[in-house]
Amino acid sequence: MSKPRLATLWLDGCSGCHMSLLDMDERLLELAAQVVFVYSPLVDAKHFPERVDVVCIEGAVSTDEDEALLRLVRQRSKVLIAMGDCAVTGNVPAMRNPWGAETMLKAVYQESRALAPQIPVETLPRLHDQALPLHHFVPVDLFIPGCPPAADTLFAALGALLAGAADGLRLDSRFGA
Amino acid sequence: MTAPILTLTIDGRQVSGLASETVLQVARENGIAIPTLCFLEGLSAAASCRLCMVELEGSPRLHPACITPIQEGLVVTTQSERLFNYRRAIVQLLFSERNHVCAVCIANGHCELQELAKEFDIDHIAFPCRHPALEVDASHNRFVLDHNRCVLCTRCVRVCDEIEGAHTWDVKNRGIHSQIVADLDTPWGAAATCTGCGKCVHVCPTGALAEKGKSMAEVRQKRPFLPYLVANRAEERK
Repeated sequence: MSKPRLATLWLDGCSGCHMSLLDMDERLLELAAQVVFVYSPLVDAKHFPERVDVVCIEGAVSTDEDEALLRLVRQRSKVLIAMGDCAVTGNVPAMRNPWGAETMLKAVYQESRALAPQIPVETLPRLHDQALPLHHFVPVDLFIPGCPPAADTLFAALGALLAGAADGLRLDSRFGA
Repeated sequence: MTAPILTLTIDGRQVSGLASETVLQVARENGIAIPTLCFLEGLSAAASCRLCMVELEGSPRLHPACITPIQEGLVVTTQSERLFNYRRAIVQLLFSERNHVCAVCIANGHCELQELAKEFDIDHIAFPCRHPALEVDASHNRFVLDHNRCVLCTRCVRVCDEIEGAHTWDVKNRGIHSQIVADLDTPWGAAATCTGCGKCVHVCPTGALAEKGKSMAEVRQKRPFLPYLVANRAEERK
C-alpha cells in the first residue's frame, strides 16, 4: 500500500497554525516517514495536486481566490481538516465582518495613506464582504479549534487519522486555546 | 419555622431537600451537575439562559432547574440526548449572536461560555454568525463594557441591584436587540449611580466587563464571592 498523501493549505490566517505544525519538532520525522507531503506553503509544489488523502487548511475564506482554491481542494481531497480558529470560526479575520469589504479597503488603502492613496484592483483577488469559516462553503471532516491548536493536538489528530482511528476522536483543544 | 423536607428522584437517585429549595439547589447539594450560565450563587435566578432545563416526569415541556421548586415525589432527569442537543444548540446560538473572538478576548482561559463550548464538544458553530456592529464603552475610568462579548445573562444587572444596591445596570430593547445600559442609557463613565465597586466585573461570565489596564493573563475574576458577602450581611443585620 502506498503512503497517504498529505497536504496543507494557507488561506486568510497568520501562519500561526503552520508554525504549530512545525512545533511538532522531531515528531515531524515520524510523521514524514508515514506520509508523502505533496503540497504546502512549506514545500515547493506550486499547484494543488490530484488525489490527496488528508489536507489541513489554515485560515478563513476571505476572497474569490480563497473560495475557488477551497472548492478545488475539497474535490481533490478525501479528508479535509479545518485547522485552527480562523478556519473553524473565522476568528480574527472575521473581526472585519460587521463593516464589509469596501469600508475595510478604504480604511486600509485610503484613509491611512497620506500619499497617493489608491485601492489595488489588479493582481489582488476580490475581497469578500465577510471572512467566513470553511464549513460555510464545503463539507469539513474534522474541526480542530485553537489559536493556534497546540502541536500536540495536531500531532494527535494526524496520528489518529493516519491510524484510521478518527471516529469519535476527542481533541484537547478549545476556541482561543 | 423551617420548611418541610421533601423527597424526590433526580437521575434515578433518591434525594431530599427543603420545600423552599429549587431543583438546581438540591441537585448541586447532591453532587449532580446541571450546566448553568445566567445563574450565580448569591443572586436571584433570572432563568434566562435556559441551559439548566431539565425533564420532569409527567410534563411534556422542559423546566428551568434554577427556578423550579422541588415537590414531593418529583422525578427529574438532568441528562438526556434531548437535553444535551438543546444545550449544545443554546451555546452555539450564543456564539453566533455576537462577536466572540476567544483568541483576542480579555477572558480567554477564564470564560464560562468558552468552557461550556468545551464541555459540550462544540468544535465549530453550526449556525451562521450575525456579526453585528456593536460598541465598546470605555468611558469609565477603571472599567470597560464590550457589547461584542455580552451574552445578556444579566448577572451585572442583578449584582448591582441586589448586592450593591445601586441599580446602575439595566437592559434596553427586546429580543435580539437587547443591550445592557448604564442608568438611562448613558455612557458608563457618565452614570451618576455607579459607585465603581466593580462587582459587575467580577460576576461577568465572559469578557463583556473587564478592568482597564489588565492583560488577559492578569485577570482574576472572583465569581464565588457573593455567598460570603450575602451571609456576612445577614450576620450583621441580626
